[in-house]
This record gives sequence, C-alpha cells and structure tokens, in this order.
Amino acid sequence: MSTLTEAPPPLAPAEPAKKSPRKRGRFTPYWLLLPGLLWLVVFFALPMIYQASTSVQTGSLEQGYKVTWHFVTYWQALSEYWPQFLRSVFYAAAATILCLLLGYPLAYTIAFRAGRWKNLIMILVIAPFFTSFLIRTLAWKTILADNGPIVHTLNSLHILDLTSFLGWTAGDRVLATPLAVVCGLTYNFLPFMILPLYTSLERIDGRLHEAAGDLYAKPWTTFRKVTFPLSMPGVVSGTLLTFIPAAGDYVNAELLGSTDTRMIGNVIQTQFLRILDYPTAAALSFILMAAILFMVTVYIRRSGTEDLV
Amino acid sequence: MTTTDKSGDVRLSGIGKTYANGFTAVRPLDLTVPQGSFFALLGASGCGKTTTLRMIAGLEEPTSGTVHLGDQDVTHLPPYKRPVNTVFQSYALFPHLDIFENVAFGLRRRGIKSVKKQVEEMLDLVQLGEQARKKPHQLSGGQQQRVAVARALINHPKVLLLDEPLGALDLKLRRQMQLELKRIQTEVGITFIHVTHDQEEAMTMADTVAVMNAGRVEQLGSPTDLYENPNTTFVANFLGTSNLIEAEVDSKTGDDIVLKAGGGKLVLPEARCSAPTKAGGKVLVGIRPEKISLTHADDAGEIPEGRNRLTGKIADASFIGVSTQYVIDSPVCDELAVYVQNVERDGRLVPGADVVLHWSPAHTFGLDAAQDIDAGVETVEEEAA
Amino acid sequence: MPFVTWLKRHLVVIAGVLTLSYLLLPNVIVTVFSFNKPKGRFNYEWQQFSTDAWKDPCGVADMCGSLSISLQIAVWATIGATVLGTMIAFALVRYRFRARGAVNSLIFLPMAMPEVVMAASLLTLFLNMGAQLGFYTILIAHIMFCLSFVVTAVKARVMSMDPRLEEAARDLYAGPVQTFLRVTLPIAAPGIAAGALLSFALSFDDFIITNFNAGSTVTFPMFVWGSAQRGTPVQINVIGTAMFLVAVLFVLVSMLITNRRNSQKA
Repeated sequence: MSTLTEAPPPLAPAEPAKKSPRKRGRFTPYWLLLPGLLWLVVFFALPMIYQASTSVQTGSLEQGYKVTWHFVTYWQALSEYWPQFLRSVFYAAAATILCLLLGYPLAYTIAFRAGRWKNLIMILVIAPFFTSFLIRTLAWKTILADNGPIVHTLNSLHILDLTSFLGWTAGDRVLATPLAVVCGLTYNFLPFMILPLYTSLERIDGRLHEAAGDLYAKPWTTFRKVTFPLSMPGVVSGTLLTFIPAAGDYVNAELLGSTDTRMIGNVIQTQFLRILDYPTAAALSFILMAAILFMVTVYIRRSGTEDLV
Repeated sequence: MTTTDKSGDVRLSGIGKTYANGFTAVRPLDLTVPQGSFFALLGASGCGKTTTLRMIAGLEEPTSGTVHLGDQDVTHLPPYKRPVNTVFQSYALFPHLDIFENVAFGLRRRGIKSVKKQVEEMLDLVQLGEQARKKPHQLSGGQQQRVAVARALINHPKVLLLDEPLGALDLKLRRQMQLELKRIQTEVGITFIHVTHDQEEAMTMADTVAVMNAGRVEQLGSPTDLYENPNTTFVANFLGTSNLIEAEVDSKTGDDIVLKAGGGKLVLPEARCSAPTKAGGKVLVGIRPEKISLTHADDAGEIPEGRNRLTGKIADASFIGVSTQYVIDSPVCDELAVYVQNVERDGRLVPGADVVLHWSPAHTFGLDAAQDIDAGVETVEEEAA
Repeated sequence: MPFVTWLKRHLVVIAGVLTLSYLLLPNVIVTVFSFNKPKGRFNYEWQQFSTDAWKDPCGVADMCGSLSISLQIAVWATIGATVLGTMIAFALVRYRFRARGAVNSLIFLPMAMPEVVMAASLLTLFLNMGAQLGFYTILIAHIMFCLSFVVTAVKARVMSMDPRLEEAARDLYAGPVQTFLRVTLPIAAPGIAAGALLSFALSFDDFIITNFNAGSTVTFPMFVWGSAQRGTPVQINVIGTAMFLVAVLFVLVSMLITNRRNSQKA
C-alpha cells in the first residue's frame, strides 16, 4: 500500500490552461495524402491522359506526332486486331474458370480440412511467388515437352485427339497451342484465386455446416445452399484478380504459345516496343482498359458485392 | 487522506457537448464530485454519461462550460497533461506490451527511470505479480480488468475515471470485482468516477449516484436516497421497479396529503412528494413492490388501521426462492408488482385470488403526473436481456 | 465398399492435393533442372546430373549484375511505397476529408488495371517528357504499382485497431508523438510489414511494366525473358531454387520464433 499513499509525484505542467482550444490538425490528412496521391496522379492518372492523347495523334517517329483527333486509329486497330481481343477474353475466361475449379477445393481443404497442416499448406501456396514467375513459366516448357511423360500419356489415352478436334491443341503437341497458354495462365494466377477464396471461407463458422446437416441438408446441399453463397465475396474478388491480369498478359502467350495464340498484350507490346507505332498501340491499350473496366463494373454490379473495394 | 483537501474535487460548470452533426450528447450541467468520494454516473446507453466522463479525461472537448480539478481549470488541457487516469471499457491494454510494460507505461512517459519497484508493488496490490511478463491476451477478463486498474492507479491520479469497467465480465466475477474496486478505493482514497448502466453496480459501489437521462442529470444523491425517494418517473423505474398509480389530490391533513385513487384513499407524506400539490391536481403515487404486503380478501379485517390499501386480484405468481413475485390486477392499475418474502406462505395466494394490498404511508412517494409514466422502464428490460 | 466411402469423404482433400501439386510441380522442375547439364543452349531436357551451376552461380555474363539491379530497385521501391502508402492509409482511416471517394478509386484503379495498360501509358508519359529510360523510370513505376497494395494492407490493420488504445496512451501521459511511436506504430507494424513484403515480392518479380520502361537497363526478370530467346543457362534455375529455399526458410524460422515466444510466455 505504501506506493499508493505516498504523495503523488508532481505532474509536469500545472500552468493555467490557455483559453484557446487545442489546435486540431485540420490539414493533417491532406499532408499525409499529398505525396502518395501526387505520385499516383503523375505516374498513373496523367499517363492515362497522355495515352488517350497519343491514341488520336498522327505523324511518324521522324517528324513527330500531333494531336489530330484521328479517331480512325481506333477503328483500324479494332478491325485489324479483333481476333487477338477475342482470344484474350476467351483465354482469360477459361483460365479464370479453371482457377476457380482448381482453387476452390484447395481453399476449402485449407480452411476446413487441413488441421495442423494449415500453415504448411499456406506456405506452400505462397512460396512459389518467391521464385521469379518467368522461371516457373519456363518450367512448363519442360513439363509439356513433346516427348515428355505428360504429352506421352495424353497421346496414348487419345485425349490429344479430342483436344485437337476441339482446336485446343495441334497434332500430338501441347506446347505452342491454346491449351498450353491457358494452362500457363491458370498456373500463374491460381494463387490470386486461392487466397481470397480462403479468406472468405475461413470466416465461415464451422458450426453452420453442422447446423445445415442438422436441418437435413446433405453435404452437397450444404455446400450449394450455405458454404458457396457465403464464400461469394471471395469468388468475386478471386475471379477479378485472375481475369484482369490474365486478359492483359503476354508472357504466357509468348513463352508457351505460337503466333496463332497471340493475345492483345502481345500486340500492344510489339506495337510499342518493336514497331514503334505509338498511336495504334495507345489506342489498343485504351480499348483494353475500357473493355476491362466495363466488364468489371458490370460484374461487380451483378454479383452485388460493391463493398469489395 | 485528509478530507479537507480539495485538490481532488471535480467541478463541472455548465459543461455541455453538441457534436458537429447537431446531436447533443450532454446538455449543460453542473456537478461537483468531492475529493475522495466514489461517484457513479448511472444511465442507459446514449444518455451522455460516457461523454461526460471523456470530457473530464480530456478525450472530448466540451462545447460549453468548464472543468476544474481543485482550483485548476483543465478544460483545455490535453489528456496527457491532466492528473486524471481512465480505466477504459474493454480495458484498452496495449497488445504489443507485456503486463509489466503496460503498468509502467504512464511512469515511463513522465520520464521516471526506475519503475521496477513501483510496478511490482502495484501488481502485487492487484494480485498479478506472477503474470508480469505475459501479454494481455494471455490473461482472463478479470485479470485484464485488474491490469487496467493498476495501469491507471500507479500514476497516483487525483481522479480515477472508470468507463463501464466491469461490463465485459460475467456476473459472478463482476460481483467480486465490485467489492475489489470498492476496497481499493477505500484504501487509496482517490476520487473515483464510475460510469455504468447497471443500477445494482452503481448502488453497491458508490457513495453518490447521479442518474443521467437524455443528456441531463435527473437526480443526484446517495443510493438509498435515490431508491427510497425518487424525484422523477425515470429514476423510479430505472432504479429497481416501482408501482406508479395515478391519483387526484383530495385534501391535506397536517404533513400528509390525502389522495383519491379509484374508489379508495391513499396517504402520502408531503415531504416525499416532488410534485406540486393543489387540490384536484393529479399526482403519481409510487410504491416499491417489496414494501407492499398481501392479505387474502377474507382476512381484510385483520389489516391494521392507518395503512394505505388497494384491492385487486392475483394475475400471476412466480416463485423465485427468497421471495414470490406477484402481478396484481387492480382497478387503479392493471399490473401492480408485489414481492413477498417467503417467510410464511399463505396457500390461498394463487392466481385468481382476491387480495388486499396494503403498505405504510411512510413508504409512499409522489411524482409529477405530467411525466411519462413509463420513462426508464424499457431500458431496464433491454439491459437485463 | 469402404474404398468408395473413403473416396467420397475425402474427395475435396484429394482435389486440393492435386491442385497443390499443380502449383508446386514447376518449382520441382526448376530445382531438378538446376542440377542438369544441358547439351545445347536451352535447359529444357534432362541430360545428366551435375553441380556445376551451383558451384558457379554467377558464371553467366550479366546475370548477377541484373540480379543486383533488381534487388536495388526492389529495396528502394519497397521503402518508397511503404512510406507513401502508410501515410495514405493513416489519412484514410483516421481522418474525414473531402474527396474520399475519389482518393479511394485512385488507389483501387491501379490494382484493377492490366499491367500492360499501365506499362504502355507510363511509357507514353516518359516519351512525351523526354525522360531517360532506365533505373529511375523503373523505380518510379514500381513505387506506383506497389503503393496501392501497401495502402490496402496497412488500412486493414489500422482499421481493426481499437482507437481506445491511443486514447489510453494519451490518458497515460503520452503526447501525440509518443503516442504514435509507442502505441500506434508498433500495433500497425504487422500491416506495414505485410505491405512491405508484398511490395518487395511484386517489385522484384515484375516483368511487364519493367520491360516497357527499362530502356537499356536489364533487371533479373528481363534477363530471364531474354534468355528464353537466346538460351537458358542452368544458373537461372539455381537462382530460382535458392530464392524459393530462402523464402521457405525465412517463413519457417519466423514461425518457429513466434511459436517459441508464445509457448515461453504461456
């Protein structure tokens, strides 16, 4: 008790309080925001405007470019490269669906069935990130090699005949076909599907499964009526995180595909870095951006999870 | 602890808080909490009690009025310059620091280097000496609560503010901690201002209770005072249960007022009536359920003279061990509550029986009939849920 | 039919394990092929076991140089993005101000934009400004796209933080600066660390935006890209394997430390 009954140590300032109320940092948020936002405005928003302006310029590299409101570039770009646009959307959609089909069981396993292996599996999902994705993508060249065991097996099971018939593969090869590109895209963006799925599955109270079972729901019904609807936020953000980068990707198409599997990203890259046709490249990039923003907005509206951001 | 020392007085003068969105949390109020007292601010959630506490702590700036600690005006001092400490609701223990460092926090911030002895003594006081190196999340709720108290008390504040400090504990632990806090307060003699919505907690612990409602102090006094002689329907209903009966002033005899209710007459000491009493005027007659005796209608003749009486029929009876709680249907009021100690149970007092309710006029209180008769009722039920 | 019942019960887990092997197969290949001794310029077919590449990881011209450039960019980009992003996150959580919605979308958009679009538009900006492409343009781009991820990570942490903790600190004689340094920052630290780690990984591994804005500077991913055309040295696999091992080791050690710390104090 002695400590408490001792005279209290003097508190620093006993000076009379000033009349003026304390200064609240009214401008503090603006100072905190300023540098970062300035960065985003100058290096993210402003470039978009430059790109929009470049897309309506005419001229040449030697004589320089001028804004001439030459919207024809858009029309030309679209009419020349619509197959690549469509292909990008198809490949990205296929990869997204595959990611969902492959990722859901794994996310579900980690969330509900992994027990003490949970952390280890999480590490194994994330760890590949630390090996450069280009190196890992190149490994698919080995895995899908023409005389490798996988292609061999698929061939002897006559699966490749079927996929060739569908136009996914060509002859007895998998490399340099749409299947290889989609396979690479799926592989590359699978973790972006698994992590949000896991996050929303993990929030689900395990007792809900028991409650559903108690109320006469079979396991599959429980999944359809309880688990899946509750994991919708994860499904929505997972599909977005997969589809958007997949649609703009050109690495997989370049490394695992052929000239017949070129996506819009390949076209933009070539136009910008090799052909140096800036207006066309800018127009293509602008169309891609607009298309993706449009699709994403519609998708978010329809899935009713606008608080995603 | 000298009682003449006024340096721990808390004086609020015209203090009020209106938020930018126009919501008035606290209407300008005056309040003096004398040095060394255990003071409770009691009210339902949203009544302004926590805002009042936060203005004393300096965590909220009042829109009007001043806060004085002893002779010092602290209205515009930031919290870290006030000799006041707070035990927060849900404790707000720093999760990244262990128990020792949590308790030492205030001392260290004031530049005190050798904190070991003080912290250890403090932890012993709250019986947590063994847990010094644990992190807050490794302790139970009751232990965390004691750390929060130790962390505040070690600074020898002039005033200790407690914001619903027992709200997160289960009932049994809460009872135990109430006694513990009361013991600590008696030992250290520091002024405690305790905010709570639990009327029982306020009454067991505090010397003085201020009942707050809608940003105003409804009534201030000792727990017995508030309970026995409430001044408003809110206080009557919020603190325990009250039977309120509408009556008309008939006449005055000496210090008593005679009232008409239904067909009968009720007597009320004038000193216990907070309402204006004019012949023909309306008054609410209040009586606590446990002050009423029940007699079967057949034995009505045995009731002594001079007691207030009402007739009624038992609508419901629930046995709860120490007492039986009856709901009586009476001509003057549909649901009168009566609590009868289970000393000698009368087997005839079952639902449907005709009974006479009677009580000593000295236990009656009178309230202004212009108020909402049910003020404070609902809140009690919500809180109990 | 016990086998069928078993299969039915564990169907999800089996599918999950298959997905996991799909995810890990390339890493296995990368590791195995780091011990290969290829015949030609490309390291896609298994020939014979050799530890040559492990003995001489920097034996390929320019590879370790590009690795060092990538590391430098990643470190600076992490610092830049973490500082700027943390500031924004605090402003967003702690203060009310005008144009919140606009600020939020400006932060969200870079994450919802295909990399190639950001890469191309940033290049038009640099070309229009006549900027010299190289180390600094890469750094600028990396800070830009890492920023949003830091904001998201830190925001989540600061939002879940009890504001009473800061009030408690102020009540216990800590001034604004002390409160920030002793309470706010340590509690927000895991969020900031997560943001920083993510920034480092994103920056170190970025190819598309870098490729557009690098000029003649070659980062490690760009070196790998180039080698896919010219010939893939085994040393690439050595670096890839080493990075994987270091990452797993790092995580395991940090997990062991937290486990032990918890069990010691319990």
